[in-house]
Amino acid sequence: MKKFDKDRALLGLAAPVLAVLGGLIVTGLVLLASGKEPFHAFHLMLTYGSKSDSQVYILNKATPYYLSGLAVAIGFRMNLFNIGVDGQYRLAAFFAAAVGGSMSIPGAIQIPVIILTAMAVGAAWAAIAGVLKVTRGVSEVISTIMLNSLAGIVIGYFLQDGRLGVTDKLALTTSTKPLPSGSHLFNFATQTDAVDGFIVFAGVAGLVYWFVLSRTRFGFDLRSVGRSESAAQAGGVSVKKMIVISMVLSGAMAGLVGMSTLLNESYKYSTEFPTGIGFTGIAVALLGRNNPIGIAVGALLWAFLERASNGLEFEGYDKEIVGVIQGAIVLAVVIAYEVVRRYGLARQQRQVGAELAAAGSVQKQEVAA
Amino acid sequence: MANHDIAITVRSGTVHALVGENGAGKSTLMKILYGMQKPDEGTITVNGEQVAFGDPGDAIARGIGMVHQHFMLADNLTVLENVVLGSEKAYGIGARARARIKEISDAYGLGVRPDALVEDLGVADRQRVEILKVLYRGARILILDEPTAVLVPQEVEALFENLRELKAEGLTVIFISHKLGEVLSVADAITVIRRGTTVGDADPKSTTAKQLAELMVGSELPSPETRESTVTTEPMLTVQGLRMSDTDSDGVERIVLDDIAFTIHKGEVLGIAGVEGNGQAELVEAVMGMRALNAGVLTLDGRDISRTPTRARREQGIGYIPEDRHRHGLLLEAPLWENRILGHVTERPNSRGVLIDPGAARRDTERIVREYDVRTPGIEVTAASLSGGNQQKLIVGREMSHLPKLLIAAHPTRGVDVGAQAQIWDQIRAARRDGLAVLLISADLDELIGLSDTLRVMYRGRLVADADPATITPEELGSAMTGAAAGHLVHEQGAPQEPAGEPEPAPPAVPKQLAPEETAAEKAGGEDR
Repeated sequence: MKKFDKDRALLGLAAPVLAVLGGLIVTGLVLLASGKEPFHAFHLMLTYGSKSDSQVYILNKATPYYLSGLAVAIGFRMNLFNIGVDGQYRLAAFFAAAVGGSMSIPGAIQIPVIILTAMAVGAAWAAIAGVLKVTRGVSEVISTIMLNSLAGIVIGYFLQDGRLGVTDKLALTTSTKPLPSGSHLFNFATQTDAVDGFIVFAGVAGLVYWFVLSRTRFGFDLRSVGRSESAAQAGGVSVKKMIVISMVLSGAMAGLVGMSTLLNESYKYSTEFPTGIGFTGIAVALLGRNNPIGIAVGALLWAFLERASNGLEFEGYDKEIVGVIQGAIVLAVVIAYEVVRRYGLARQQRQVGAELAAAGSVQKQEVAA
Repeated sequence: MANHDIAITVRSGTVHALVGENGAGKSTLMKILYGMQKPDEGTITVNGEQVAFGDPGDAIARGIGMVHQHFMLADNLTVLENVVLGSEKAYGIGARARARIKEISDAYGLGVRPDALVEDLGVADRQRVEILKVLYRGARILILDEPTAVLVPQEVEALFENLRELKAEGLTVIFISHKLGEVLSVADAITVIRRGTTVGDADPKSTTAKQLAELMVGSELPSPETRESTVTTEPMLTVQGLRMSDTDSDGVERIVLDDIAFTIHKGEVLGIAGVEGNGQAELVEAVMGMRALNAGVLTLDGRDISRTPTRARREQGIGYIPEDRHRHGLLLEAPLWENRILGHVTERPNSRGVLIDPGAARRDTERIVREYDVRTPGIEVTAASLSGGNQQKLIVGREMSHLPKLLIAAHPTRGVDVGAQAQIWDQIRAARRDGLAVLLISADLDELIGLSDTLRVMYRGRLVADADPATITPEELGSAMTGAAAGHLVHEQGAPQEPAGEPEPAPPAVPKQLAPEETAAEKAGGEDR
């Protein structure tokens, strides 16, 4: 029995490794085609990306990527494609920032209030897509894309002086009222920059994700729906209810994405607040195979590639080359998983057949003897 | 599972039957012959020429065509459109194609109407369209995979007429089946497959069903027959005035179940006969709570469950062996022990409180594997890697482990080998002795007649007839399944009496009784005696 497990683990690793290799090969070819030397570029990325200040940068970048990956993965586990993590986390961060900026109570209470606000807003925004899907049959892909742009519009409306925004007279930028200093989250000082304290929350979120999905009845139901909606329904799972619940959970997780920025870095929501992390989350979740540790690796890889692109720029390379790597990895990931999955299934079928045939012939011999 | 050392020679202009229990490797062999799967070694020779098929296209080019067990037709297209689909180059899509279809249809007596919509056709007509499709593509060798599985006895006879026509025109038919009576009546030559290898040839003129069966399984075939009656007077499931409608993609509402009423007592097996697609699947979904009722009351052991969700119904003691185990019974890519949890996630030993108990679930899976003889190297392999029969044994083991009060068994032994079939029948019988009520739906009329205490016939969403399994023959049941007979079916003698409250407005044709022909009865039922 052990053999099957080991093989499966190997097969599980094969896909992401193949994907990253595929991405690097494609990038190498692109570099060659543009007349540059690929190995030098890769070497540069590695040395620049592993410097100590880079390490801190990568950890801080990876934290929201990780949460975003988890949010997307909750949907993936259910066969739901929540493209709307992007809108969900921005809207959540915006309202959380507005709520946080308008209060001044001890941080021990206010920080949880801010975080819970963010989760609630993200959940509510995602729930719209879930409810539309079960009541009207609207594909969650379409509705979450729409909700992304709606989220941008809603933020644009409220982020104005006199509404929820305040304008900085000098810099001529509008943002929410900054959080009081009591609501700044702890961080870990290093020789260079500090590591965001929210990374601890991200770790806990990963742990909760793992526990709920693989150890609880609810998680089992959710995974069964993802594996076979019809079998889950026959098994007594209310598929519609699960769709709404998992969208809500995905949205609540998405609400956490902007929190490291808000609580550890910017302390306010302005037009400079990072965007697009929701889409990064899709790539990260794909790369990590919806596995909490895999997603962490994917998030770190993504952050590393982004950091390394800066190093390339200094040396006269085009930093867009990293975009090529990322794109190639995502494409390769999708292909590699399907290939490995099919290969794995066929292989196991053969192995089971072979083992049973072997057992059968032994039995026959015993009978004959 | 794989094939090995297969040697088979089919002479042209004959009907050659390939028999073997389910899972013996017949389908794999056919897939190889049709180019859907590649052999690891060995050669295929067609008309003296060695060939290698990369895909079905190569096989079609060589004049080999396949009629699949599950029809591959687009419902919303006409027969003509279905036939030309994918081979538009042959005769175009217009008048020439229509003429060619007529020509083929007349030549082999298929009676196909080119402009009928496929969705309006019955199963037998659809099958003829499939055959025509293959002939249209120029096939000279036809492979038919279990063509009789979905037909009632009368339709089987008509199909065999068609096959004889094809043979008379010099075509070759390879006919896969595990129904020995049918095989003996239509085949010119028989090859038996067991455990993935050919074990012998038989001459249908000099072989009996019994000899063939022994060749097939190496032992005598089991019989589904139930000996003593264990029916009690305590009702377990009562269904009253059940009505359900379905809205199709065009928004048209269609009644799929109408005025269904029956009672299953403790210790009783109620068999529902009927051609597939007459509402049996919907009835199962209604009892399982997978679809909402339009009207009607379901009572399980004295409790009204009409509005109870599926999970609560399962917790209250409904076990379910689904018709399509891949769609409704298993998580194919999950390991066996997770499949053991499926459907019973709230019950011990699978969970404690809100937490899954993987250890206990694994141990119990080991027990099911042992007690129900599921052939697997372990419980961590995915369900997809087991053969169909072993998957079914796992499902039966899982459902029986929770001591159901009512078991819904839809085609419980479909695609299951003979050994497993006997075992599943034994388990149902044993549980029935302990007061289990069973709703049995099956296309295998022998299984239905053998296992049931009471028989009802379903036709177009209604229960149109009932019969006593002790005396009824498959032919008599068959005529009610096609709508030709209704009411209480009596064997041979006596005018059939309409039971009170029969909802069907009396059709002009008096419910007709077929005089049972001994030969026909033997044909369909012979394999189990």
